[in-house]
Amino acid sequence: LPAVKSGVAGAMTMEKVTEYNDATSYNNFYEFGTDKDDPYRNAKTLRTAPWTVEIEGLVKKPARYAIEDLLKLGAQEERIYRLRCVEGWSMVIPWVGYSLSKLVERVEPLGGAKFVEFVTLADSRTMPGVGSRVLDWPYVEGLRMDEAMHPLTLLSFGMYGEVLPNQNGAPVRLVVPWKYGFKSAKSLVKIRFTDREPKTAWNKAAANEYGFYSNVNPNVDHPRWSQATERRIGEDGLFAKKRKTLMFNGYEAQVGQLYAGMDLKKNY
Amino acid sequence: MPAGRAFMHPLAKPALFVLALLPLAWLVWGAAADKLGANPAEYLERSLGDWTLRFLCLTLAVTPLRVITGTAALARFRRMLGLFVYFYAALHLLAYAWFDMGFDLAEIAKDIPKRPFILVGFLAFVLLTPLAATSFNRAVKALGARRWQALHRLVYLVAGLAILHFFWMRAGKNDFAEVAVYAAILALLLGWRLVQAVRKRRGPGAAAARRA
Repeated sequence: LPAVKSGVAGAMTMEKVTEYNDATSYNNFYEFGTDKDDPYRNAKTLRTAPWTVEIEGLVKKPARYAIEDLLKLGAQEERIYRLRCVEGWSMVIPWVGYSLSKLVERVEPLGGAKFVEFVTLADSRTMPGVGSRVLDWPYVEGLRMDEAMHPLTLLSFGMYGEVLPNQNGAPVRLVVPWKYGFKSAKSLVKIRFTDREPKTAWNKAAANEYGFYSNVNPNVDHPRWSQATERRIGEDGLFAKKRKTLMFNGYEAQVGQLYAGMDLKKNY
Repeated sequence: MPAGRAFMHPLAKPALFVLALLPLAWLVWGAAADKLGANPAEYLERSLGDWTLRFLCLTLAVTPLRVITGTAALARFRRMLGLFVYFYAALHLLAYAWFDMGFDLAEIAKDIPKRPFILVGFLAFVLLTPLAATSFNRAVKALGARRWQALHRLVYLVAGLAILHFFWMRAGKNDFAEVAVYAAILALLLGWRLVQAVRKRRGPGAAAARRA
């Protein structure tokens, strides 16, 4: 998947990139099972062609994009982002895609559109985890409009210079680098513009643990995991102390102003 | 009985000892050879927890199996299995303190009360400690069989805490399938004891009266 280096501020961290094998064999994608090697083992069955993404809700131009057309909607950029999982591990991943704002501008949201909802495919024939009672399918995520419009918010089609492997959310996914990984919904089939805060999957499953915002924040702990530190996969050896987690995953300079005046302990 | 005779073989205990060390050997080899996946620290911590729970189930299965199958020789292995519960629990705690907390005792002291599932797991380990410490023959004699047995009934509480620890850990992922398996096994093993105790209290006379 050809791409040019991104010029967006903060989009090219100089940190060591995680090994491809680690990034593609260790992640959460509950549609394929709850263990972190399940996506790698089970996602072969996912069919990514043909694929369409429906744009609906409060927009002037609702549309149904074939993945081929969506790919060409913006210039593909390479962006190297830190990824911080809510479970306390992190990676550095070179994604390929373009700012979600390009698509948002194209479909012209109406004045009443305050939030964007992202819906993942839920096909029990190709996704063995769908049908388990762990989450309420389909997987739904959401962003506030200003978050969706932020240049760092990426609509991603590839990683490591290739098209996305199935287990990482092929053929198109969201990447929001300053939020915990589960906010970055995978294998998108629907993007819906709404006037109210979307009911997101993990928030529905455990509201006291997973808030709507879920910004990376070392000062607000998860009840089961301290969020102050993280283990960088493939880099922090067994006996190395875990590294400190940065506010907004190190993207405070770029996104801090989105949350000016908000109590982030309450809006976790 | 052939199984009983095999259990009485002088090599039976050493064989069990070696078997019980195999999980640890695999983990040490896997860590050294980088075979434990992308997050070896997590793999080690979870595996050591899994093996603690498995040895706990095995230990608690000894008496029911001995009684139901009438294989008295099984009792020979109970102490060793129980000590392996403690052994794997200690390694599980060590892995947490080392890999997760970098042996920062101040951080650990803050972490234990802050997170209920860690508190419960830690409590289970603390309660196992006097059992491990009184496992040798002289301790049994010094305490007296009755008091020794009362003390060692703490293991039932430990089983409950261990399941709670596992349940709370998995609650964050909403994934209780494995927890349910261990909970069912432990419930069966403890339930059997409960039934035995009730029968004993009613006494053989009561049982005979029921049959009549």
